[in-house]
Amino acid sequence: MSQLAPGTPLDGFLIGPCLHAGGMAHIYGVTYADGREAPFPLVMKVPMMRSGDGAENIVSFEVEHQLMQVLHGKHVPRFVAAGDLVNLPYLVMEHVPGDTLQHFIDALDTGPRPEAATIAKLGAAMARAAHSLHKQNTCHLDLKPANVLLHPDGHAVLLDFGLSCHAHYPDLLAEELRKAVGSPAWIAPEQVVGVRGDPRSDIFAIGVMLYELATGELPFGNPQTSGGMRQRLWMDPAPPRSLREDLPEWLQEVILRCLEPEAAKRYPSAAHLAMDLENPDQVKVTARGRQIKGTPFFTHLKRWLRAAGMQYQPSPLPSRQIEEVPIVMVAVPNYDVTDATLYSLRQAVDRSLGLRPGARLAVVTVISPGQTSSTEEDKSETAVHRQYLNMLREWAQPINLEGHQTSFHVLESSDVAQAIVRYAEGNNVSIIVMGAATHGLQMQRFVATVPIKVAMEAPCTVVLVKQSLPFEQFAETELTPEEIELERKRKRRENWVPF
Amino acid sequence: MKYALLSDLHANLHALEACLTHAAKQGVDRIVILGDLVGYGAYPAQVVERCQQLQAEGAIVLRGNHEELIQSHSLSEAHATTSYGGQTAEWTHHQLSPAQRFWLEVLPLTAQEGPVLFVHASADAPERWRYVEDDRVASLSLDAATQNPDVRFVFGGHVHHQSLYYRGTGRQLMRFEPTPGVPIPTPKHRHWIATIGSVGQPRDGSPKAMYAVFDDSACRLTFHRVGYDHLAAARAVRDAGLPEFFATRLESGR
Repeated sequence: MSQLAPGTPLDGFLIGPCLHAGGMAHIYGVTYADGREAPFPLVMKVPMMRSGDGAENIVSFEVEHQLMQVLHGKHVPRFVAAGDLVNLPYLVMEHVPGDTLQHFIDALDTGPRPEAATIAKLGAAMARAAHSLHKQNTCHLDLKPANVLLHPDGHAVLLDFGLSCHAHYPDLLAEELRKAVGSPAWIAPEQVVGVRGDPRSDIFAIGVMLYELATGELPFGNPQTSGGMRQRLWMDPAPPRSLREDLPEWLQEVILRCLEPEAAKRYPSAAHLAMDLENPDQVKVTARGRQIKGTPFFTHLKRWLRAAGMQYQPSPLPSRQIEEVPIVMVAVPNYDVTDATLYSLRQAVDRSLGLRPGARLAVVTVISPGQTSSTEEDKSETAVHRQYLNMLREWAQPINLEGHQTSFHVLESSDVAQAIVRYAEGNNVSIIVMGAATHGLQMQRFVATVPIKVAMEAPCTVVLVKQSLPFEQFAETELTPEEIELERKRKRRENWVPF
Repeated sequence: MKYALLSDLHANLHALEACLTHAAKQGVDRIVILGDLVGYGAYPAQVVERCQQLQAEGAIVLRGNHEELIQSHSLSEAHATTSYGGQTAEWTHHQLSPAQRFWLEVLPLTAQEGPVLFVHASADAPERWRYVEDDRVASLSLDAATQNPDVRFVFGGHVHHQSLYYRGTGRQLMRFEPTPGVPIPTPKHRHWIATIGSVGQPRDGSPKAMYAVFDDSACRLTFHRVGYDHLAAARAVRDAGLPEFFATRLESGR
């Protein structure tokens, strides 16, 4: 279809200005033709379908046509209407405000690269958006700066689902020959050999974008041949710190982990990536983050030999794949808690991690805002937080954390249940482990205790841990009941946290 | 129009009723029975009766290979009493009235409704009962059916598995394993061929009955799995004195 003139009516819509004329489609601003007010600004995407166009162009529009109708959430434009694919192909969707990441990168030009904190923020926004897709059993598979829109409120909206793959629908772009489908600069190694549907391919693409943001260069260039694309099956890119000295080690660690040639060595889910980008001080820096010299020739040669045999293998359902590597959150009470409860919590965490290799653990405690002070030095936020972080680390010491990335967090809130639920929501936590009875308050039917509130409002599974009985004798102290009660009252006066 | 596609009922009345109830809840307009009403299960007469009733109400009912196996001329052949299949065919023959057997014998092999072709096995030679079990056979069946340019969809049974075959960007057909309950867009400008599974004798490891719903105006195909009292169906097989194998098969779905 050639470009439509403004003012043309089309299937109930009135064509407005052409906002984008790409190789694959035109995008127009549109309004309802009957003058009805739209609830948000609209755009219409009309594919280019001239004679001589490749079939792939039309198929990718068909894929997007299918997916836009089922994807939901704030990380995709809202779907409004679709025309008949054969007679009148078009898609009407929300015109999301904001600029693309490409626009952001172009504006940097030759000026200074963004700060690590900015890069991390952008990366976390992209990772969250990707995770939201993965939870809907969809892999984007064409993430690149032009397809990431930065919403003014800070979240990322993903665009262009023409090469995406939804595990519940036949993959129209698949074929028996398993050709690489994607954009050469950002395509993941497994996509090069024809794997479509691994969520970790999107993590790789995010890694490429983070690399570009950090260094101004593309880690694998922009190869034009399939041999050039195959390079990433075995080659590590130059460490970002060799191009930019001031880049922190933790950020290089994160970027290079995203760019691991083997999907299994990358972040197991985008939620794990977002968590690292949001907690730089908790990133475990390895040699990968510290290196400033490239990978030695012989290592590359060995990998090259292995990669020569790499071929297509089907991927499991994305949602199942990311469910297998959940983020487990444990809420550890920091006040008025028996040793037995702490012990039982630890046991429960140990058990849930044991069942799930690769799962990530977030150890969280909530303190009341009154505990920190901006005037007294020993009650400064960092000092108080450090004290609680140490407490959490000490608590976690006996847990077998081999193979589980772990981080520790102190939240300040006067509403413990809400703080836990919000944290779980914000970080895509899959399982919350917490004590069933705290503060000497047993689980009761009519009192909405913290665990009950969390269980009711949490977006995920909640494991309520009951204190294990044999431990109770252990927990007995030398104090008389009166003394215990006194001690309890004293503590309660000092820093009362309803937890 | 919404079609409920049911195949390979295999005299399993419990499963058939469960699927019909489920289909009614989906707002189905028309029932299509894609053959193999009898064989293996304990209720051949009741299932035939039910299907005759459905046919009177407008359902399409096709013939499958088991409708032939239970006829006198097939029973007289060599395999009659030695194999499990032969034993149930013999038993089924005697459960049915001559009128019922005749009704089964003259059922059509295929039926076409606009762009949809229904067939028990493979459309290229329906009477040969070829299993549409891979992309190669699916291709033969689809190519034969689409000789008629109106045909866009071929729906069949016979293999007791749910699969959808389609063309990606290459020439060969691709096989897709559907997720139960998820409507799959199957636009008319493409060709599709599906095996919709078995109502009365699932063999993929789950005892749940299989059937599918096709909406020809929205072009959506939904594969369903329906739980039913499969233990009662298995018990009935034992009580009828049929081979134990067919009872355990219903219990395990294998």
